[in-house]
Amino acid sequence: MEMLSTLPSDDIRAIMWRYSDRFDLQMLVHSVRAVARGPVAQAVANGARNSHDWTEEKANLLNAFDTSGITSLFMEPEQGGYIAGPKNLALAIAAFELSWVDGGSATGSLAGNLALEPIHERGTPEQKQYYMCGAVPPQPGENRKILRGAFGLTEPLPFVGVETGLLGGKVRVAAWNEGEEPLLQVDKRGRFITNMDFANFVCAAVESDDDRIKGTCMIIVEEDDPGLFDRGAPTLKLVHQLSSTRDPIISQQVPAHRIIGGYTIQDGIIVPNYNHSEIIEAVFKRTRVTVGLMTAAKLLSAVEPIIRYQRGRFRGGNLEPGSPRYELGIQQKDDALHRTVTIWAMGEAAASFGFEGARLFDELAPLEDEKFKIFNEQGIRGGRAEFKALKAKEKKAIEYIQLKAKDQTQTARYAELESDPLVKYVAIDSLANVLCPAIKLWNTGQGATIMREAVSLMGGYGITEDCPGFLGQKWMDAQLEATYEGPEAVQRRQLTITLITPVFQACFQTWIDTLKSIAQSRPETGAEALATAMELWRYTLNYLQTRKDTHGVKLWGSARQGVTFPMADAFSWLAASYHQILDVVELALNGPNNPAVVEGLDSTIAFFSDLCMIQVARAVGEAGRVCTELFYGYEVDGHDDTEFIEFKTKADRLTAGAGHARDRAGVALTRVMIPEALDYPQ
Amino acid sequence: MSLTIVVCGSLVPDPLQSLIPMPTPDGFGLKNEMMLPHVLDPWAAHALYEAANLAKKVNGKVYLVSLGLKAKLQQSMMTIAQKVPFELVAVDASHSGFSDSSAVADALAAAINSIAGLDKSSLLIFGGWESASRAAGTTMQIVGEKLGIVDQFQGVDEILLNSDGSFQVLERVEGGTHQVSVCSGPPAVLGWATGNLPEPPNNPQVGMLNMRIVMPAIQQAKPATIKDQALTFHNVEVPAQRRQTKIVKDTPVPEIAREIVEWLRL
Ligand SMILES: Cc1cc2nc3c(=O)[nH]c(=O)nc-3n(C[C@H](O)[C@H](O)[C@H](O)COP(=O)(O)OP(=O)(O)OC[C@H]3O[C@@H](n4cnc5c(N)ncnc54)[C@H](O)[C@@H]3O)c2cc1C
Repeated sequence: MEMLSTLPSDDIRAIMWRYSDRFDLQMLVHSVRAVARGPVAQAVANGARNSHDWTEEKANLLNAFDTSGITSLFMEPEQGGYIAGPKNLALAIAAFELSWVDGGSATGSLAGNLALEPIHERGTPEQKQYYMCGAVPPQPGENRKILRGAFGLTEPLPFVGVETGLLGGKVRVAAWNEGEEPLLQVDKRGRFITNMDFANFVCAAVESDDDRIKGTCMIIVEEDDPGLFDRGAPTLKLVHQLSSTRDPIISQQVPAHRIIGGYTIQDGIIVPNYNHSEIIEAVFKRTRVTVGLMTAAKLLSAVEPIIRYQRGRFRGGNLEPGSPRYELGIQQKDDALHRTVTIWAMGEAAASFGFEGARLFDELAPLEDEKFKIFNEQGIRGGRAEFKALKAKEKKAIEYIQLKAKDQTQTARYAELESDPLVKYVAIDSLANVLCPAIKLWNTGQGATIMREAVSLMGGYGITEDCPGFLGQKWMDAQLEATYEGPEAVQRRQLTITLITPVFQACFQTWIDTLKSIAQSRPETGAEALATAMELWRYTLNYLQTRKDTHGVKLWGSARQGVTFPMADAFSWLAASYHQILDVVELALNGPNNPAVVEGLDSTIAFFSDLCMIQVARAVGEAGRVCTELFYGYEVDGHDDTEFIEFKTKADRLTAGAGHARDRAGVALTRVMIPEALDYPQ
Repeated sequence: MSLTIVVCGSLVPDPLQSLIPMPTPDGFGLKNEMMLPHVLDPWAAHALYEAANLAKKVNGKVYLVSLGLKAKLQQSMMTIAQKVPFELVAVDASHSGFSDSSAVADALAAAINSIAGLDKSSLLIFGGWESASRAAGTTMQIVGEKLGIVDQFQGVDEILLNSDGSFQVLERVEGGTHQVSVCSGPPAVLGWATGNLPEPPNNPQVGMLNMRIVMPAIQQAKPATIKDQALTFHNVEVPAQRRQTKIVKDTPVPEIAREIVEWLRL
């Protein structure tokens, strides 16, 4: 049988991750890759990570970002950028490529965008114009300093961390002369604030400490504002050392128009248009997906160095070329192969999952703008009123999701629903509210765990600075990705709420249906086993939502993290696997249209299908374990478990053949052609 | 003085890949050749960067004439198009290190002739003096002959324009020295060695501009057949032990030289 011939090409990736029709994004891959595998890799190889200080070598990377378009990627063409429209997928690709080599470099570039995000999402038109244009690197002949920002939310203990409501940062009125704009005193201490070595503005979350200011807000302070702009002590971090992190101390006076999103004055009180929670919710909603892709890149980047190490392990002594030990090295042993395959399968799932999230947010962005417009026109403002208006669209959103899944997009009813932006918004937003935390949670958390395996496979080399592919560093780096922008607990907490909405549940049903239909044509992907595991998970969820434990306490709720959190984890395994399968189906569908990938396509699809099956078996196992623990864990007297057992047994049985898939994929690893050397230094 | 510079450059498999010759139904090729990432031939790439640099000085125009499979051309343009501004003229043909240089040169010359409004009196033809796929060093010479351009320079490392329209060229000769020639003016063919310019960083803005012309050019690429029926390869092999890639850090230069000599002696 023909086997996987080469590592997947960029064309294959462009098809799977759905940007084969966008040359702007394909170009982006190459421009970011050149920086990642050039100056970034060089800096890591030179030991730039071995210092907490912001060295010249690290600072030079900013120039590389500027000249290659990474810095201006976030901006619109009219602001000086070069890609029009939503940029979640573009930013995800950039982070993926940088993180393929070094996570800290990705963080450095993303943190600049993170600082701009509050302004981008909720800023006034003037704020957007000033900060977005200012953050574009000056063009030849332009004489201005580039604006670089930091996002200042987290505070020293005991204030902001996971709990973002515990604000220690304060804002007061410093001066307010009749008829003039108020001057505000901002006091904010930050902890672990990225980019602080060079940021010349900070978006800080603060709470009113003054009767004349209402609630909380985010506010921009600039380096040159009067007062103290102390960059603070560098964070002695063990990871992502190519990014800058410090604990700044800010005590400055700024005009009130620096409040992000603006303010009104009501009865002599300054009322910010957005409180800090509204803004950070809008920001994190999208940026977390990108972090998930950073870890995905690490896993996939580990495959080539591991294969090369395994194959060459015994060469160079008295061994003759041609002998199995010479040619295959450690690849003679199937455990080494199977573990490598596991890493690859997890990486595929994580990448497919993450890129779907990024694309979804691109789809959501224009709808969100529409929503704002409509609400503005209708005078709907504030959490409760907006919630009510959207709630009214839920039924239609469910219908829309169902018609779309049944391929009834030609019907008049579909057209009617489709033409209502709020219906579409509710449908997509409910999914986005699940995918974002699930991607961040699963990709980073499970990714960190599986990176340890990658390190193991390189033996002692793995845990040294010299390890090809920087695998040891990537292992540690993954743990930061699981922590910043909200640790796993934050994501699980969000999933507890978003997983159970009727709109998402309707969407989930379409996933099950889709898998069952894929199972007809591509049973080798394990689609049916996955569909059944999803049914098991949903059965368990319904059970937990309606039952009490033996003490009479409800099993589902925000106070039962012991129940809800594992269910969020179980879901994430299933969801990642689902998106992995969809991408393989996409490759099978559209690969044949691209002459650059036709050769060897069948064997690539067969290999990827095996990876799907391996991943499905794992996901069925993980989800099944969680469901079992929870379904039985709170019962003493026994309860009717007939249906539970039926689902569970069926899902397990349907993973039949996963072992063979793993064996086949393992053999493929012994034959696949890899480049002569890694394309970045070590 | 205004110049039009036509750069001939084709694609070669990324040199970092394992390049293993093997027979295919269509003659000799490389193992998994279609699946390997391709890059603009490094020699031709130098020619392109030099051309762009020169064009910038004289407000000239650069065409890149490239022969290859459409799909591969498109793929490689994602990088090349970000380097410097140019207009692409694409020829859709299957070609590799085993194609005959004369047939390739025919197709390239025809493509150059098809460029509308090309004024030969201000034309410089650039290319690599050899290529990473074949290194026969003959393609550019034949292109020149076909176009009737007899002033030809090979192994070029530098061109300097004079105010009277003439230019000075540095060609590589034996022993690391250069031959200096002065040419009274275009048209001329310059087969480049490495030149003096570094690879320009990717500039997505340049890329977006180029792509507006690159994509239609690829779509409209005329098909060409460059297979020479009379040409057959009976056997091709990579010399044993010829390639051993090794990555080591911080090795002093004398040590590297010593190792290479030792390796050559093996
Ligand atoms: C290198 C680095 C860069 C960073 N960059 C930035 C930046 O640019 N801007 C910024 O604002 N912040 C930044 N951060 C801060 C980061 O976002 C926070 O560290 C993170 O959100 C967690 O906050 P914390 O460390 O206070 O953890 P804590 O709030 O103390 O939480 C610790 C752990 O306690 C548990 N826990 C806490 N609350 C709950 C709960 N409600 N339910 C269940 N479990 C809970 C969880 O296990 C959690 O992981 C950065 C951090 C690092 C390390």
